[in-house]
Amino acid sequence: MPGKYIGRNYTPPDHVAKVTGRARYAEDFRAEGMLFTKLLLSPMPHARVRRIDASAALAMPGVRAILTADDLPDLGGQERALTNEPRYAGEPILAVAAVDELTAAEAVERIQVDLEPLPFVTDALDTLRPDGPNPRLEGNVWGPPPAAQEGGAPAMPPFEELKWTAADFAAAAEGQLPMGEPTEQWAYGDLEAGFAKAALVLDETFVTQSTGHHPMETRSAMAYWQNGKLYIHASTQSVARTRPNIARWVGVDQDDVVLICEYTGGGFGSKGGGAVSMSIPALLARKANAPVMMRITREDESYIGRARTNLTGRVKIGFASDGRITALDLYIVQDTGAYGPLGDHRSAGNAASLIYQPPAMRWRAVNVATNTPPRSQQRSPGPMQANGIIEPVITKAARRLGIDQVAIRRINAPAGKAPFGPVLPSGRRNHATSAFVQEALDRGAALFNWEERKARAGKRQGSKIRGVGVTVGPHGAGTIEFDSIMTIRPDGRLYVQSGVGNLGTHSMVDLARVPAEILDVAWEKVEVIWGDTGKHLPWSCMSVGSQTTHAMTRANHAGAMDALRKLQEIAARDLGGAPGDYLVGGERVFQRGNPSRGLSYAQAARRAIELGGRYDGHELPEDIHPMTRGAATALAGQGLMGVARDNYGRDGVTYSFVIGFAEVEVDIETGGVRVVDCLGVGDVGTVVNPRSLLAQINGGVCLGIAHALFQKSVVEPRYGVSLTDRFHYSKPLSILDIPARLQADALDLPDPDTPVGARGVGEPPVGAAYGAVMNAIADAVGEDVFRRAPVTADIILMSLEHGRRMHEPLRMHV
Amino acid sequence: MSLSRRNFIKGVIAGGAVASSGAYLFRSAGSLLGQSSAPGSVERLLTLNVNGQMRRVDVMKQETLAMTLRYKLGLTGTKLGCDRAECGACTVLVDDVPHYSCSVLTHTVRDRRIVSIEGLEGAGGVLHPVQQAVVDEQGFQCAFCLPGFVMAAVGFLKTNPTPTREELAHGISGNLCRCQDYDKILTSLMRGAEYMRRT
Repeated sequence: MPGKYIGRNYTPPDHVAKVTGRARYAEDFRAEGMLFTKLLLSPMPHARVRRIDASAALAMPGVRAILTADDLPDLGGQERALTNEPRYAGEPILAVAAVDELTAAEAVERIQVDLEPLPFVTDALDTLRPDGPNPRLEGNVWGPPPAAQEGGAPAMPPFEELKWTAADFAAAAEGQLPMGEPTEQWAYGDLEAGFAKAALVLDETFVTQSTGHHPMETRSAMAYWQNGKLYIHASTQSVARTRPNIARWVGVDQDDVVLICEYTGGGFGSKGGGAVSMSIPALLARKANAPVMMRITREDESYIGRARTNLTGRVKIGFASDGRITALDLYIVQDTGAYGPLGDHRSAGNAASLIYQPPAMRWRAVNVATNTPPRSQQRSPGPMQANGIIEPVITKAARRLGIDQVAIRRINAPAGKAPFGPVLPSGRRNHATSAFVQEALDRGAALFNWEERKARAGKRQGSKIRGVGVTVGPHGAGTIEFDSIMTIRPDGRLYVQSGVGNLGTHSMVDLARVPAEILDVAWEKVEVIWGDTGKHLPWSCMSVGSQTTHAMTRANHAGAMDALRKLQEIAARDLGGAPGDYLVGGERVFQRGNPSRGLSYAQAARRAIELGGRYDGHELPEDIHPMTRGAATALAGQGLMGVARDNYGRDGVTYSFVIGFAEVEVDIETGGVRVVDCLGVGDVGTVVNPRSLLAQINGGVCLGIAHALFQKSVVEPRYGVSLTDRFHYSKPLSILDIPARLQADALDLPDPDTPVGARGVGEPPVGAAYGAVMNAIADAVGEDVFRRAPVTADIILMSLEHGRRMHEPLRMHV
Repeated sequence: MSLSRRNFIKGVIAGGAVASSGAYLFRSAGSLLGQSSAPGSVERLLTLNVNGQMRRVDVMKQETLAMTLRYKLGLTGTKLGCDRAECGACTVLVDDVPHYSCSVLTHTVRDRRIVSIEGLEGAGGVLHPVQQAVVDEQGFQCAFCLPGFVMAAVGFLKTNPTPTREELAHGISGNLCRCQDYDKILTSLMRGAEYMRRT
């Protein structure tokens, strides 16, 4: 529904605060008598706390309270903010509150913690060996998830012990992933027949790396209690959805939590529903009876700040001579770190099934825990790693079969309501709501001058060789059935309540462009209320997984349509005729064919308050979430209220796609790689906010480049400690690493299963660029040079010098 | 003059920074209650020139400029992203030169002119040309790194008002962004350079 606002650039209302330093992030708040806390982190990767002697610390002047795991509510076995059984080096054991940070840090050093070392493991394959150590006393793998209860969150899967046999390990060829008993699997189609009729069958193993999320803002938080309520300033991606989590972590009713988070300094999945560490300042503040600031340092963040799951995958793919895939067999060993479970491995399987459309496929996986920092979903969790595992095989097949790299992806591309994933209990498979991947490949190939670049690839100039690569990056792109609340008030303005987070993607404001469009309200008269659960926010989606734009444009479409109907009804009631005789425009509701007969929005708002009932929020729809009901009740009587649940339904599962194109230049004397040019083309539905959308593509592409070439997390295997606790070692992208030319574009084709047509965009560019850059390297120097990421200079140089791959084939932390 | 990251850090160290270490980090915090000063310690009550104002402030000898700005003077626009001279989020100008304020001891800048992001706005809330350019181009996303980038760019543009994209990229390469549409950051700061030349 492009129009006056949808599809147009605008300046978000928070920008001046951001450039002047007035925007306040969690660590920017102060409270009278505020204490500081420091954490005592486990030096061991797995241990049991036998005894804590804090007497010397407590005797120090200025030390006010110490919080240990014994002070925390039981979370049914899920990760807590402090522990008596640290499962990774760097896991917080206790926290000290003192009058200043210096005193708190000194107190931490004076606390004696008696730790009993326990067996540990840092590599997911090592724990699967017959005699491999377990990361936890009770086992090493997450079992299959139990069926979700009706309406409830998925239950925790069992945690079990799984060991593969020596024969399983012996059966794998050098450098190939052994494939013992999986914990989860599905299959469809006739796999063996698919391989039997293939003209080419390839079977390869690839190791994707773990990377820290490392948002620029760490997970600092400040908390205090007032009249029995917890007030917490903390950094989260999803404001409405974080309050229930904090309540659970702290052990209070969610009505007693006020969360303030107007600005979030990045999250990338690591602050999806907040962070469990938020409970530390909250509980310390209660114990010390004073506000507590928890400043998380970058080093702390490298432990507790979450990381991407690293997947080691082995894929066997059969190809017909025209490049069409005949069968795909994928095996994944996922490392979830010390906690979990995570679903990247499942998302990877679904994504592979979607973007390569194999007529027969099997997916098997083991979801392993290790004594390494905890993982969480990171920007394109799963599909991006699937791109890493599978793309080298597609590239190699195209070269063997003499097919163009764009053409082989085009012939296998999903289109329309493309099916994917396993056969469900209903007997059917899931399908996408829409896919225009072939169109995006064509657009990209033209914009990137693919043929021209391809012609100059592979030719040595001095020590440099260029190569080109392309990859289809997919990701789930939207959820449904959330709520919206908006009010037109007697001041004539439209107030839109926004319960999602402010990550800088602007989706938390973009969602208000929909009611502005439908109700035709001048943008200057639209107020977006966000970032504070005390300001009556509706039940909203998690701002993760490219969900927000899709989920919340739908919800706000429903809310705006509700407001529109109420405007029409009030006009008909006061001015005669039927509601359908009335139109809206110019902030008025007026009779069709007789524009002078109407009410201004200010007048209609006053009438709504006089009429009461459902017009001003005193009567609410039955189907809205209790959180929305509470918020709408608090706002009742302030004006004409649009309040609704998204009941639009949809046919399929919403996915977005970004096609990544890359040209690289490899220096075969140094192994150095320079990304010359990158392009991302989005099949992401209707474009709501062009400038922000293209920024999402470019930012995601840069993250993909970083994963292809630089970024990683390394945990040392013998002592189980992190070797990448600084930016210098974990190597995020710098401004000098970006290609000279970075281009983004989007098809702007509406998704048919959502009223606004918009899908999410944040995730898919990451896998698109990850794959495209690595494919371009393979194009330049050969597809067998590397089978792990990041593809560093030494990997390229060693392989070229020796004429075969020389890197460690399977180890996960290198 | 082009400032590479290495030269930048070298400059900061020469200017009185302390090399990072865990112990230093833990002890870098400012006390809100004030610690008792040991005999022979430096004078604690300083006058700092911050954003054109003379500010009296009680500073511990080991206190960093970032902590003084954020916790003593209420200037929270200066962000702490790494605490150890890696990310640039805390960049401020000291006598017009960008410095990582997490790695500058407050005592070393007593007689210097300190400008933080809060000091860029002109009278009546008129944005600095670089700030205006960032708004116009929507240069940043989460914007936690923004103050550091803007201060680094403002400082760099004083030495080179007409940079190429490449020169400006080098000038601000001591700053990290994790939303990392660096291309747009650069575009917005190049526009800032253009606005500055016009004013």
